[in-house]
Amino acid sequence: MLYREAGQFKSTYSQDQQIFPILQDRIGVLALLVVAFVVVPLVGDQYWLSALITPFLILALATLGLNILTGYAGQLSLGTAAFMGVGAFMTYNAMLRIPHMPILGAFVIGGLCAAAVGIVFGLPSLRIKGLYLAVATLACQFFVLWALNRVGWFSNHSSSGVITAQRIEMLGYGVDTPAAKYLLTLAIVAVMALAAKNLMRSETGRAFMAIRDMDVAASVVGIPMMKTKLLAFAISSFYCGVAGALYAYTYLGTVEPEAFTLDLSFRVLFMVIIGGAGSILGSFLGAGFITLFPIFLNLASRWLENALGIELPHAVVSNSEAIIFGGLIIFFLIVEPNGLARLWQITKEKLRLWPFPH
Amino acid sequence: MKRTIAVTALAALAFAGAASAQNEQFIPTNFYWVGPYAPGGSGFGGGIIDYMQMLNERDGGINGVKLTWEKCETEYNNARGVECYERSKNKGPTGATVIHPLSTGITYSLIEKATADRIPIISMGYGRTSAADGRVFPYVFPLITTYWSQATVMVKYMGQKMGGMDKWKGKKLVLVYHDSAYGKEPIPILTDMAKQYGYELTTIAVPHPGNEQQAQWLQVRQIKPDWVILWGWGVMNPTALKAAAKIGYPRDKIVGVWWSGAEEDVLPAGSAAKGYISAGFNLPGSDFPVMKDIKKFVYDKGKGEFEDKSRFGSIYHTRGVVAGIVTAEAIRNAQAKFGKGKPITGEQMRWGIEHLNIDDKRLKELGAVGLMPPLKVSCMDHEGSGLVKFQQWDGTKWKVLTDWMEPDRKLVRAKVEADAAQYAKEKSIQPRDCGKDSM
Repeated sequence: MLYREAGQFKSTYSQDQQIFPILQDRIGVLALLVVAFVVVPLVGDQYWLSALITPFLILALATLGLNILTGYAGQLSLGTAAFMGVGAFMTYNAMLRIPHMPILGAFVIGGLCAAAVGIVFGLPSLRIKGLYLAVATLACQFFVLWALNRVGWFSNHSSSGVITAQRIEMLGYGVDTPAAKYLLTLAIVAVMALAAKNLMRSETGRAFMAIRDMDVAASVVGIPMMKTKLLAFAISSFYCGVAGALYAYTYLGTVEPEAFTLDLSFRVLFMVIIGGAGSILGSFLGAGFITLFPIFLNLASRWLENALGIELPHAVVSNSEAIIFGGLIIFFLIVEPNGLARLWQITKEKLRLWPFPH
Repeated sequence: MKRTIAVTALAALAFAGAASAQNEQFIPTNFYWVGPYAPGGSGFGGGIIDYMQMLNERDGGINGVKLTWEKCETEYNNARGVECYERSKNKGPTGATVIHPLSTGITYSLIEKATADRIPIISMGYGRTSAADGRVFPYVFPLITTYWSQATVMVKYMGQKMGGMDKWKGKKLVLVYHDSAYGKEPIPILTDMAKQYGYELTTIAVPHPGNEQQAQWLQVRQIKPDWVILWGWGVMNPTALKAAAKIGYPRDKIVGVWWSGAEEDVLPAGSAAKGYISAGFNLPGSDFPVMKDIKKFVYDKGKGEFEDKSRFGSIYHTRGVVAGIVTAEAIRNAQAKFGKGKPITGEQMRWGIEHLNIDDKRLKELGAVGLMPPLKVSCMDHEGSGLVKFQQWDGTKWKVLTDWMEPDRKLVRAKVEADAAQYAKEKSIQPRDCGKDSM
């Protein structure tokens, strides 16, 4: 039907190897980008832009970061929020201490600092695997929060440990409105997602996946263990660091270290699991499901009350949201353990073969 | 059939939309009813809603303008708090009138956003202390009393108990605090006073949510302090009292912050809480005339917020009522200036709060004498009172120990102005000139 490929012939290798080999995908992605860059800022109101879509994009970027490490390179990590925290606080310090620092440069510095922390805490991965590695990265989570809380330098000796993001200025224009902040976030996320997609098709990406599938075999065929694993940690932490910086600068505006607790690490890990480990699309689907669905449930209960003309006790509503949300997570994991991205993949395969699926 | 239902539902929605565009004043009630801090959130939220409901039932609103509200669950979580704020700020005919974030973290996240949107924030007894400098923070009101005022009153109270402030020399004070922006607020002022009075301050952090405190209280046992200040929140409070009982630290040497001093904080600790002292800026009780009105006009009609009637008149409940009084009085104030019987905007509300003057006479008219201290806000001073009382838990109820006590205004104000000036510099804000009465 939609995905009929009849007539699409590939006559060169480069055509065969392009990032989206199917024409419909190329059109779809292009249309999506146009919608995101042009239609959404025009149509979306302030609430949608600043309270729903911007945090969704930022968490999608963090999920993407963790997905590179966990989904592609197979290294389980519980330190995502810590890397985000490093990114946020170091971006703040870069803006504060380096005169005339452009904001994008500060984001890169924040990301690089997070990558450096990632490399240090990735060292145990050379010896330990799986759940044990998760415990080692847990140490990172607690250590970083402890340092951000206790070392006054990180928050410029703010008495409450809170940092307030500086005003963002680009090329003389202030990025102040929700739409401008959204566009900045979207641009960064789009570029980084594209980079990740390409990275995973490259030799490095294949090396990551080889390590994930069987590290002994990977080292036998000549993939350097140390370099590849640490590179995975570095790239992943860089993504998380930039996400953390965006979290502070384009979303909340003011953050305390408590914004980056273990709770957030788990949430991002759930986004990877629900969305689909080892999938770029899955990162977005997972982040969308975990961040937007509870809010949707909350709004839906309100509509339901209005439509039926009844008033439910608020505590009942709040608690039942959590119950429904938890129930749906279990449902999805039973129906498709490989995540929402896999569901989409199956649908796509069926559509490509339609009307004669196997 | 299905279609008819859908059409009816749509019509009902449209009708509801049309009906809401009347003479109404919208006040968001973004609090929390689930999670470890639910006792505080639901109690405070219940109080403010009960008071507004009472005004609607008894007086038909404020000068005929009905008060409306909508609940939004923040879970005491910054991200959800910001989402709720964005969701609620454009509701009602004039948008959100005022925001009560009921979380120091959410207050910090909203300061800039609300200032840009021209919606005042009332952070009553929490939030950023230096926002008391109204020249730098025109839209933020840490009303009644701030954390720094409270910390100075605590040290003063302990000094009095020991027989004078000079007795502080060489004594040991421990601060056991919730490891968050909220818990860290008093540290700078307590450190300053340590230099002034010569006591030795140790700060011990308890990580969120605070249901495990063995290690912290063992440290307290090693230090053997003369006094402990408990800066806790939610489930952390009863846990701390139980842990103190376990190491045998006398409970009447522990002084809690007002967020550690409600029935919900001591009842779970059982007998371990007996003798524990806490600060407060409102008193519990159901005998105040205003509480009797709430009982008569709201609860007797079955419209009360609490299903558990024993929470009526509890500390969090009356604190919410105080928040309701402050909010309603500010609206009344703004209406008197900008047009009676009309909904006011956030900007007009800001004027209303800044010119609040709830003196003893007005408190009497409101039926709230003793429920809260008198309050007078100005452009310079967004705190308005600073007074604090102490109370002691006798095992069944809170017993008032002192009258309203004065903070060390000079010390607090100097620190507030220094901190606000630094904020103004970082953000390049030009402080307002309070000589001119601007809109």
